[in-house]
Amino acid sequence: MSVILVFLLVIAGFAGWWLSHQRLMAKPWLEQGVIGDTIGLEGSTLPTAKIGLGVFLAVVGCLFALFTSAYFMRMALSDWQALPLPRVLWFNTGVLVLSSIALQCASVAARRGQIDTVRLGLATAGLTALAFLIGQLVAWRELTADGYLLTANPANSFFYLITGMHGLHILGGLVGLGRTAAGAWNGARPERLRLSVELCAMYWHFLLFVWLAIFALLAGWAASFIEICRQLLT
Amino acid sequence: MVDVTPADAVPPAEVAEMELYHPHSWWTKYVFSQDAKVIAIQYSATATAIGMVALVLSWMMRLQLGFPGTFDFITPEAYYQFITMHGMIMVIYLLTALFLGGFGNYLIPLMVGARDMVFPYVNMLSYWIYLLAVLVLVSSFFAPGGPTGAGWTLYPPQAIMTGTPGGQDWGIMLMLVSLILFIIGFTMGGLNYVVTVLQGRTRGMTLMRMPLTVWGIFTATVMALLAFPALFVACVMMLFDRALGTSFFMPAIVEMGEQLQHGGGSPILFQHLFWFFGHPEVYIVALPAFGIVSDLISTHARKNIFGYRMMVWAIVGIGALSFIVWAHHMYVSGMHPYFGFFFATTTLIIAIPTAIKVYNWVLTLWRGDIHLTIPMLFALAFIVTFVNGGLTGLFLGNVVVDVPLSDTMFVVAHFHMVMGVAPILVIFGAIYHWYPKVTGRMLNEAMGQFHFWVTFLGAYLIFFPMHYIGLMGVPRRYNELTDMTVMTESAHNLNSFISIMAFLVGFAQVVFLFNLIWSIRHGREAGGNPWRATTLEWQTAETPPAHGNFGKELPIVYRWAYDYSVPGAKEDFIPQNMPGSSREPA
Repeated sequence: MSVILVFLLVIAGFAGWWLSHQRLMAKPWLEQGVIGDTIGLEGSTLPTAKIGLGVFLAVVGCLFALFTSAYFMRMALSDWQALPLPRVLWFNTGVLVLSSIALQCASVAARRGQIDTVRLGLATAGLTALAFLIGQLVAWRELTADGYLLTANPANSFFYLITGMHGLHILGGLVGLGRTAAGAWNGARPERLRLSVELCAMYWHFLLFVWLAIFALLAGWAASFIEICRQLLT
Repeated sequence: MVDVTPADAVPPAEVAEMELYHPHSWWTKYVFSQDAKVIAIQYSATATAIGMVALVLSWMMRLQLGFPGTFDFITPEAYYQFITMHGMIMVIYLLTALFLGGFGNYLIPLMVGARDMVFPYVNMLSYWIYLLAVLVLVSSFFAPGGPTGAGWTLYPPQAIMTGTPGGQDWGIMLMLVSLILFIIGFTMGGLNYVVTVLQGRTRGMTLMRMPLTVWGIFTATVMALLAFPALFVACVMMLFDRALGTSFFMPAIVEMGEQLQHGGGSPILFQHLFWFFGHPEVYIVALPAFGIVSDLISTHARKNIFGYRMMVWAIVGIGALSFIVWAHHMYVSGMHPYFGFFFATTTLIIAIPTAIKVYNWVLTLWRGDIHLTIPMLFALAFIVTFVNGGLTGLFLGNVVVDVPLSDTMFVVAHFHMVMGVAPILVIFGAIYHWYPKVTGRMLNEAMGQFHFWVTFLGAYLIFFPMHYIGLMGVPRRYNELTDMTVMTESAHNLNSFISIMAFLVGFAQVVFLFNLIWSIRHGREAGGNPWRATTLEWQTAETPPAHGNFGKELPIVYRWAYDYSVPGAKEDFIPQNMPGSSREPA
């Protein structure tokens, strides 16, 4: 359970940092009148939707941290046999990086009001994300064709489970991206479009980060990394 | 005395307005409503309905335990199904849904001075997914093989094997799917509760001016958002084990002489995941109760809450600590003694902030102008019950004491006191307190008194003797307690007595439900602020509050939520939105 505890420590750090800016030492029984106009105690100046997405991503991060914890605990048992990763995963990683870059470009373009670039960026991101999903299915097919079936070994089960979970999140993101794209083509208000594109970009970067972490986990590098950490500590 | 800014120097509050959805038809106003108040009532009604099912299930169990062999229809399988569904429904579908979905939805926007939740559409979805989860759960009663009988903790491997009711039928699958749906729905609602507290507060409502109710619900929601994923992971992996034949949790096992295809999995892994959710869950239910009870006591004792800052810190501290105590539910799983030592220590450390809260409640009462209204009676009953349950928690938190007691009725008595009866008492108190705001009418006082005394005393008569028979060694989880050396004549009589009391307390709840419905039409008119309380929900222009909560302008907050009996003030309460300094200079 160490992975999830480290993750929660990070969250607790954030929460502590935020709380420390909220005048927790105040003595509200002595203070009257309106306070906080200047120091923003009534909420952040960030758009509410971004904060909402941020909280949601913390939950998603928690989910994957828990899968990782379970992965390490199950891995320690004797019947674990690591499976060879299909080469296509490298291609998928590249495609997902492209997808993230495209959305970043769209986000920059939305800030500058270049609607054509926004549309191009959104379309590229959507297509590359679809390509990523198809690539993941290809990886699944390769593995099953080579006899690495879901039930044959826990390593296989985790591979399908975790990549599947990640894929579902990408799929959910594509729904949001589709709605943003619909807005971009049907002339949504510029500031609204900008916010939607920025939210998509945030979500995409996060899922890219999760994918890189999962990739490292499934490839076994994460385990060796933790092994090194453990040796350094002992 | 610090006047931070002169009140009239402040421009009229226009905190960034949210886009409020305005309903156009009866359907969008009352059924597919995006108004948090309507969603709150939908959540509460659904949770109460499914809670009544769980109540009846507990009667069935008590029939079997109190009068073994009398009722033929309670087979061992049926008994385990009752026990499982009773536990799961009460903990998740009733308590969690009612505190966060019900009270959270109703109170957060009103108490922080917002027009609605920040994402009303997602909030609406949250309820409908919750309802779907409940329907899936209920459907398992009608599925072939009936609901699962795995015990509410659903421990593998037995949960998905042939001998367990529903293990190889539909029961366990429907339970897991229902939980997964619940978690998805809850996450949608939880995002709303958290972000509304973060971003929806009106001008002047700093965090340290929020009523403790909001603090409790807010912290509990943050915890739930981080803890429920663990249950989600456990459910998904068990669903894979059961439906697709993987071996996440399933060890190599021979069933009825046949080697199953599973092998190598770890049931302990499931326990870790389950309790990583399961222990925070206790505080997910308790923290809103702590918050609500603080407000009830302060309002009905006409005195400011003692140690507000300490109360806030304690809530946050308990929330954080509760993530590192989960393995105290697993002392008997054969863990390393040092782990047991670590978790016993963290468990006992939680007693510190909890005790701070109890002392502060008592000190708030000290020399207060105590009005023994029904909400106050329930709040006082909560303190007593919670202390009681907390003390037996000190027993069970220690490994050496827990090991012999772990499989006895003592544990059942402990957790029913601390997370069954205590939060339910707060829920009742809160309903008596806020019902006038929700409906505009008071609940009937006589029926309320009857309900309180039967429930409070009855709950003690049920669970207090249970500690004794637990100490005598009467085991839990057994459907038949005859023919055991520990079941002496007196233990058996005590068991029958507990069963009769359980029926009595259950029937008292029918009076309560009748009161809820009867008072909508026949209750005394309440007016806008019957308890003369300070918090914003009592200062709305209309009662019940209209769509958008506050009239044209959002209220501006000038003070904390506990200005009761301020020396020199005209009345014994000063609402949070009352401008200017109304105190005599010190």
